[in-house]
Order: sequence, then C-alpha cells, then structure tokens
Amino acid sequence: MTGDAVAELIAVSKLYPGGVAALQEVDLRIEPGELLAIVGPSGSGKSTLLNLLGTLDQPTSGEVRIAGHPVAGLSDRHLSALRADHVGFVFQQFHLAPATTALDNVADGLLYCGVGQAQRRERAARALQRVGLGHRMRHRPHELSGGEKQRVAIARAVVGEPDLLLADEPTGNLDTATGGAIVALLRELNSSGTTVVVITHDREIAEGLPRTVALRDGRVR
Amino acid sequence: MAGSGDVVKLKPHKLSARDLIRVGGVGLRNRPLRAFLSALGIGIGIAAMLAVVGISFSGRADLDRTLDQLGTNLLTVAAGKDSDGHTVSFPEPALPMIKRVGPVLSASGVTRLPDDVNVYRHEYIAKARTSGIVVYSVDNDLPSVVGATMAGGGWFNAATARYPAVVLGSSAAKRLGITTVRSNVVIQLGGRAFSIIGILNPVPLAADLDSAALIGQAAAADYLGITSGKTTIYVRSAERQVEAVREVLAATANPAQPYHVQVSRPSDALAAKLATDRAFNAVLLGLGAVALLVGGIGVANTMVISVLERRSEIGLRRSLGATRRHIRMQFLTESVLLAALGGVGGVVLGAAVTFAYALSQSWPPTVPLWAAGGGIAITVAVGALAGIYPAARAARLSPTVALAAP
Ligand SMILES: Nc1ncnc2c1ncn2[C@@H]1O[C@H](COP(=O)(O)OP(=O)(O)OP(=O)(O)O)[C@@H](O)[C@H]1O
Ligand SMILES: [Mg+2]
Repeated sequence: MTGDAVAELIAVSKLYPGGVAALQEVDLRIEPGELLAIVGPSGSGKSTLLNLLGTLDQPTSGEVRIAGHPVAGLSDRHLSALRADHVGFVFQQFHLAPATTALDNVADGLLYCGVGQAQRRERAARALQRVGLGHRMRHRPHELSGGEKQRVAIARAVVGEPDLLLADEPTGNLDTATGGAIVALLRELNSSGTTVVVITHDREIAEGLPRTVALRDGRVR
Repeated sequence: MAGSGDVVKLKPHKLSARDLIRVGGVGLRNRPLRAFLSALGIGIGIAAMLAVVGISFSGRADLDRTLDQLGTNLLTVAAGKDSDGHTVSFPEPALPMIKRVGPVLSASGVTRLPDDVNVYRHEYIAKARTSGIVVYSVDNDLPSVVGATMAGGGWFNAATARYPAVVLGSSAAKRLGITTVRSNVVIQLGGRAFSIIGILNPVPLAADLDSAALIGQAAAADYLGITSGKTTIYVRSAERQVEAVREVLAATANPAQPYHVQVSRPSDALAAKLATDRAFNAVLLGLGAVALLVGGIGVANTMVISVLERRSEIGLRRSLGATRRHIRMQFLTESVLLAALGGVGGVVLGAAVTFAYALSQSWPPTVPLWAAGGGIAITVAVGALAGIYPAARAARLSPTVALAAP
C-alpha cells in the first residue's frame, strides 16, 4: 500500500566516498499526518536521512518515494518541482536572506512554485500571522531574536502548504524555553494536517512526540 | 501499483522575467560597494570608447556645419615656386581667363608681397624683431569668394583700397596685440604707417589669410611700388562641376608653365585633417577595449566570489524548489546586471565627456545612438560571457554540500 504514505524508504543505503556508510538498509514509512522525531548520536545519519526524505540527495541503493513519486526516476526539474510543491525545510541555521524583510523572506518560499509576487506576499503575510509574527513583517533578520528567526523560517517552509515538513535540529540554536515554543508551533502545524519530521538531540522533546525513530551507525533501532 | 490514483502529477515551474531580475539583483543590493567597484572597470572601458566615438563625431559634425556655411565648391589656385624656390606670380590675364571658364561663379586673387615687406606694431621696434606677418594685396571682392567675415571694423571700399589702410587676419591681429578697431590706430607696414580699418574672423577655407595683413591693390602700387601679378587665386564654381573646373585651372591660369601651378580644394584638406585623427582614435578605442576586457574579468572574479560566499543561499533555494537552471539563470542575470550597470554608467560618463569636450571646442555635441546602444549591448554580452562559468559552478553545486557550507 505504498501510495498512502507521505514518504517511504525501502532498503535505503547511503555510502559517501571514502567508504562511510551513513545509512544502511533503512526501511521507513511515514503516514500522512504523522509527527515524528528522529534521534540518535552525532554522526548516526540523521541529516542524511532527512536529505533523502527531502530529495536533496539520492540514495546509493534502495528506493525513496515521496508523495507517491519514486525519486530515482525523476529529472532535476521534476525533483525541484517535488520539493517546491510537497516538501518544506527548516534548518538549524535559519538561512534567512539578510537585509530582506521577514515578509519577503517568507514570500521567497513560493518563488519557485509558479506564484506571482502579489500573491506570494499575501500568502506570506498569512503564514507569518500563523506563526505569531504578524507584527514583525517589516523587520529584517538582524532585528529579530533567534526564536523569531526560526518562526520566520518555519513560515517560509509552510507557506506553500507542503505535505511534508522536515526540520533538522530546529531548536539546536535556541534556548530550552524558545525551543519549546518552536516545538509547540510544529505540533500546531501538525494538528492542522501537515506531516512533520523533526531531528532533535533533546530527549525531552523527542519523548513528547507521538513517534520516535532512533538511528545508530546508519541503522534504525 | 495501489493508490497510484492520488499521485499528483509533477509540474516544473518557470520563473517570470520580473522574478528573475529581482532574484538576480539580490547580490547587488546586498553588496552595493562591491557591485559598484566591479561595474566601474566596465564603465570606464565603455566611457572611453564612447567618448572617442562621440568626440570624433562631434568634430565631424562641426566640420559639416562649417562646410555647410562655407560651401565645398572653393578651389585654391597657387602660382607655386620656380626651381630656385622663388614664388612665381601668374601672368596678368590669369584672373580674367579663370572668370571666363563656364562653371566658375566668382574668383578673386591675392598677391603675396615680398618677404622684406615687414609689419611692426610701431616704428620703434628693432627691425630684426619682425612679426612674421605676411602681407597680401587684395581685390575688394575677396571676402565674398572665400567666405570671410569681419570680427571688427570694415572691409575695403573703393576709396579705402587706395589709402594706406590695412585689414588684419585674426591671428595676425592677435600677434600684434590688437583686439578692437579704433580710429587712428596705425601699424608700420613696409616702412610706413597704415591705419587699421578692420579685423577678420578666422577664414577656415583660406587659412593663409589668418596670419596676414591685407592692403588694397592700388595702395600696394602707390605706397610700396609693388605691381606684380597674383600669387593665389580663389575660385568658386558650380557645385557639381568643381572637379571639371579643377582639371582646367592650371592650364588656364598659367598656360606657359601649368606644372608649377598647385590647385587644391580646402574643404578636402579639412576633411583629410580629421581623417588623420582616425589612427589616434583607433589607439584610444583599443585602450577602451582593453579596459572593457579587464572589467569583464573583474566581473567574472566578483561572480566567482559571490557564488562561493553564497553557497548556503544556493542550497536554501534548491530546498525551496529551485532547479539547476533557476540557479544558473540567477547568477547569469546577476552578472549581466552588474555589467549592464557599468555599461549604463559608462555611457552616461562617456556622453558627459563628449559634451564637455565638444562644448569647450564650440562643436555641436554629438553622441551617435548606435554607439550608446552598442556600448550597452557589448556590456550585456561581456556580462553574459563573464557569468557563464560562475553560474555553471553555482548550478552544479549539490544541494546538500551547498547547505552544509558556512
Ligand atoms: N558529504 C559527505 N561526505 C562524506 N561523508 C559524509 C558527508 N556527509 C555526512 N557524512 C558522514 O556521514 C555520517 C552521517 O552524517 P550525518 O550528517 O547524517 O549525521 P547526523 O546524524 O546528522 O549528525 P549530527 O547530529 O552531528 O548532525 C557521518 O559519519 C558523516 O561524517
Ligand atoms: Mg545533522
């Protein structure tokens, strides 16, 4: 029943040049509406797994399916369209454009979705309101706190209403309280239908989430 | 197979031209000083090239304007020199014979007086310190034939042509320190006082007159005892038959020794002088092209650095759904914008230089549209060329490697 999964890895391995086996024979199935934590020690392959889920990278062997599409057969243009329409990313480093307002940073989330600028801004404003930053739209990244920056990044990731939201240590650069608020926001997004995958080092956060996938040395335990 | 019914078809998206320009301008907006400096090289190259073209065209426009006023149908017939180097003069009937040639509209002759007829500002100046001013005796109709106009005072009339009166060429007047014509101002000419009755404007088609002092034919005979024949005859002929007239002038003016006679068309000489500047212009154009090339390399260098610095931005854009092509086009656009910025600035600067120089020469400032447009087109091409490699590098970056960059 592969078609029902938002994302599915079947016997996926990822070898890096130099012989590092970042992932070995990983099977993972993520159902629509799930909220999932990926945990594991440093170097266990968490980011590698997330990159494969987001089609930023391709496995050495095995099959990856995102929203029903087998990734292996897709061209760069189609993979990019898949990311544009179905996947949203949140990173530990925020990756906001400097000297650009929060509104335009979020609007850029729709830049490669074939949406005109006026509509991009309109939807960006709504996304910012949704993450509680309706009053910060005209602020530039250097005028925002770390937590606010991450909210802007999350708004950018969800402005295109992706099926799958992938967050690689979104709380890694934040203090515990701020991180907690970000997780609460991810929960909220999840409860309104988005499938969310979060990498975290924080045991407390992971334990609070419905499902946890633990990696060790490139294998799911 | 199961569930394949709800698989949505993937549709790659395009970036509109407006969005592409907006995205391509991000790097320039974030680092305006760097953009300015790397556009500067290109700008200087284009400015130099445009100024060369503009100044050369302004000079050309000035010449055209001058010739429009003065006409191109003037021929100069000079008696030439004999084998001993002495200026010969035309036989007496030369002028009437020339006037009788069909297409000749008008003609007037001048006689160059011997070199020992000197001009001094006043009689107390040592005889050795001659002014270098040549004296001609002239006919009254000379100005209308050569297109001479008065800067001050008046030309000879039937009466003053018989007086010890003198009209000065423009540079002769300057050399004597005389700027205005007032009554009773005299100079020493051929050992006696001549009163100044007029000063000429420069005469482009008969530049010899500029450094000359002119006296009436009768005055030359009466006061200096010189009655020799004409040494130069100026001839206006029907516009379409100038060359035909030119053919017959030597034999008409001096049937005995036509090979001494030199016939020239002063308007050709003016155009030829402009043409000799062309070699110099080619050198300047070459320098401009080198500046442009160096500027192009500067843009390529800036773009390579820009791509290196912005790897994480590239990774982010890839995660947002940018294709390799989108990334390549973004950096290509940035490179073209950067170069075009220099191009527009260079055209403005080059036009400004042209205007300033032309106005200082009282030329009509002329910047050919094709040169301005061509300049900007060249910079766009340079920008595209400079951007190919950096843009390809940016597009080739793997998204994960790009995102991992600091
Ligand atoms: N581009 C690469 N080339 C070679 N080896 C790599 C590359 N990326 C990751 N690795 C290796 O793959 C393994 C898994 O890396 P990964 O980044 O997935 O770990 P991680 O679980 O995210 O760790 P962390 O918690 O520190 O982020 C590590 O041993 C790492 O050194
Ligand atoms: Mg990681």
